[in-house]
Amino acid sequence: MEGLYHDTDLEKSKEEISSIQNESIEGDEVRSFSETPINKSLDSEERVRLFSQMMRIRRFEERSLRAYQQGHIGGFLHLYIGQEAVAVGAVSVMSEDDHVITAYRDHGHALAVGMNMDECMAELLGKKTGCSKGKGGSMHFFAPDKNFWGGHGIVGGQTPLGLGIAYALKYKGTKGACLCFMGDGATNQGPFYESLNLASLWGLPVIYVIENNGYSMGTAESRHSAGEPLARRGEVFDVNWSVHHGHDLYEVRAAVHDALTLARTESKPSVLEIITYRYRGHSVADPDQTYRSKEEIEEYKKSKDPISLYKDILIKEECLTEELAQKIDQSAKEEADASAEFALASPNPDPSELMDDIYWETDNPTDRRSEGTMFFECPET
Amino acid sequence: MPLITYREALNQALSEEIARDSNVVLMGEEVAQFKGSYKVSEGMLENFGSDRIIDTPISEAAFSGLGIGAAMMGMRPVVEFMFWSFCYVAFDQIFNNAASVRYMSGGLINVPIVFRGPANGGTNVGATHSHTPENFAANTPGLKVICPATPADAKGMMKSAIRDNDPVCVMENTILYNLQGDVPEDNDLLVPLGKARLAMEGNDISIIAHGRSVHTAMEVAETLSEKHNVSAEVLDLRSIRPLDVDAIIETVRKTNRVLLVDENKPFCGVGAQISFLIQDRAFDYLDAPIKRVSAIDAPQAYSKVLENYQIPNHDRVLKKALEIL
Repeated sequence: MEGLYHDTDLEKSKEEISSIQNESIEGDEVRSFSETPINKSLDSEERVRLFSQMMRIRRFEERSLRAYQQGHIGGFLHLYIGQEAVAVGAVSVMSEDDHVITAYRDHGHALAVGMNMDECMAELLGKKTGCSKGKGGSMHFFAPDKNFWGGHGIVGGQTPLGLGIAYALKYKGTKGACLCFMGDGATNQGPFYESLNLASLWGLPVIYVIENNGYSMGTAESRHSAGEPLARRGEVFDVNWSVHHGHDLYEVRAAVHDALTLARTESKPSVLEIITYRYRGHSVADPDQTYRSKEEIEEYKKSKDPISLYKDILIKEECLTEELAQKIDQSAKEEADASAEFALASPNPDPSELMDDIYWETDNPTDRRSEGTMFFECPET
Repeated sequence: MPLITYREALNQALSEEIARDSNVVLMGEEVAQFKGSYKVSEGMLENFGSDRIIDTPISEAAFSGLGIGAAMMGMRPVVEFMFWSFCYVAFDQIFNNAASVRYMSGGLINVPIVFRGPANGGTNVGATHSHTPENFAANTPGLKVICPATPADAKGMMKSAIRDNDPVCVMENTILYNLQGDVPEDNDLLVPLGKARLAMEGNDISIIAHGRSVHTAMEVAETLSEKHNVSAEVLDLRSIRPLDVDAIIETVRKTNRVLLVDENKPFCGVGAQISFLIQDRAFDYLDAPIKRVSAIDAPQAYSKVLENYQIPNHDRVLKKALEIL
């Protein structure tokens, strides 16, 4: 992986970790996370389902990219392709009391928590049938019934919200935790540190999962961050931290499981840095070539693709055959195509709907307690 | 009816709502042990304990966002800003997250949070501590904004704000904290948001104001009556969003002359919006141009002399009123 900054740095960060924590993770390359209890307990069907989930996310996003290129999707489209094992692995070890919040690269998390492709694709196309009725868009998917609290557009802006979700869980005495996903770029936003301080000070069950894909938009980690690894920034707040490989689904599961256990049993926060990589631009319209080489991307796809690697593992574990893998892939493609058809055929929202969903009160006029004018320019009726 | 201060009225409202609903907590800088920078929460830590009255570090972005996240989960946090001026370091949380989460989720998530604290000039603390961001908040669909001017409203509107299912920004005033007034002893004293209060009836001119400017308007109305034989009507808006547009139009139709008074800076201030509404809905009822007294359009001055001139005062308001009579 010479020349691939992102990976060489992980090697460097490992040395730092071992010197700081006096706990070597040098053995990681040979250590198989398939032997950890949380992975060992998976039956064959569950293992295949995780593969299928990653495949569905990838095919969904590839199909959304096509829809974008065809002009059906406007604005930004931040694709998660390459990072699938992080969301799928993390969400797969959650209990029903655990919650998720993330940033704007949210399609993978949304599908991982169980949102369906139709509502997601329709949202991308700004349709009435979208998960937010066409009012949120790519960056703002929500499914509170699935403990999924978005989908947030401002880098790092979700880090205090994740803290608040964890606070509410603790206040109400629920033995749950909040997984707050963020990118490497978000580690340079102030509210993240305010949140880390409070998380540690108040013992809140929040887990900051830094999905380090090497670039904050087009700025490489070496150019945006001092003092690697990024997770070590939890150290000064006495927050547990560790660094993991995001191309290994089992490793992600093991790491998140441990952090969730710590949160549930001791109400302690964690920072997990998961090293991963995105194959597409920051958003699809952004040029890739200004800050990284084609070769770098190809090298990653070849050697660290989380789906290919997991497929190989499953075949070795005799849970999966090439034939079944292809079937799953085909089925994911078909589901994604169908979601695009659904979205294209769905109605656009009506201008009259602009004024819905702003205030609880105006949506529930019979229960309204306030008086007076709430809106000052409305669609003409 | 007991005579209590604006500060005590807020304390009663907060205490009653905290006692009433286990989802309500008060958090902010110095609210617990220190009893509140302006002693609004005096005695509350002793009464409700540290789970309900919560001291935070000086981290407005984090504790505002924490409150929003907790509100998304069904709690009803009351987040205190020592000064509303400090909300500027939490702008993203209030103006993106609290205001927009409901909309962006297609109505799936509510954010029943109260942000409160003083937002006023006139205390000789310079530009950074004297902001009046009610116009910013009112410019943001998804937020509600109220500026109670009396102890009774401080209590009744704060209670309404806490029970409201949408985010409400309550903008208080440090100079009013010691103001005394009659406040009913009623656990369910709920003054609805969006309902203006006719503070003084009159026929010749309408002075429309909110917050502390209501009291300045009242003094000017007394002077107009005593020295100029002018009968002024004073309308206390109480709430900026929702806004009692009907009450505004009604007083304009009655007196045909309007003076707007508020502490906002003038450009895109609250007065600008009200002026637009009046010309749009009551143009034919106006016998004179709408006039306005806002803060003088400079960063807030430190010098007491300068600041007293800068924010609407009796003489500036009186002079402007006489121009259109």
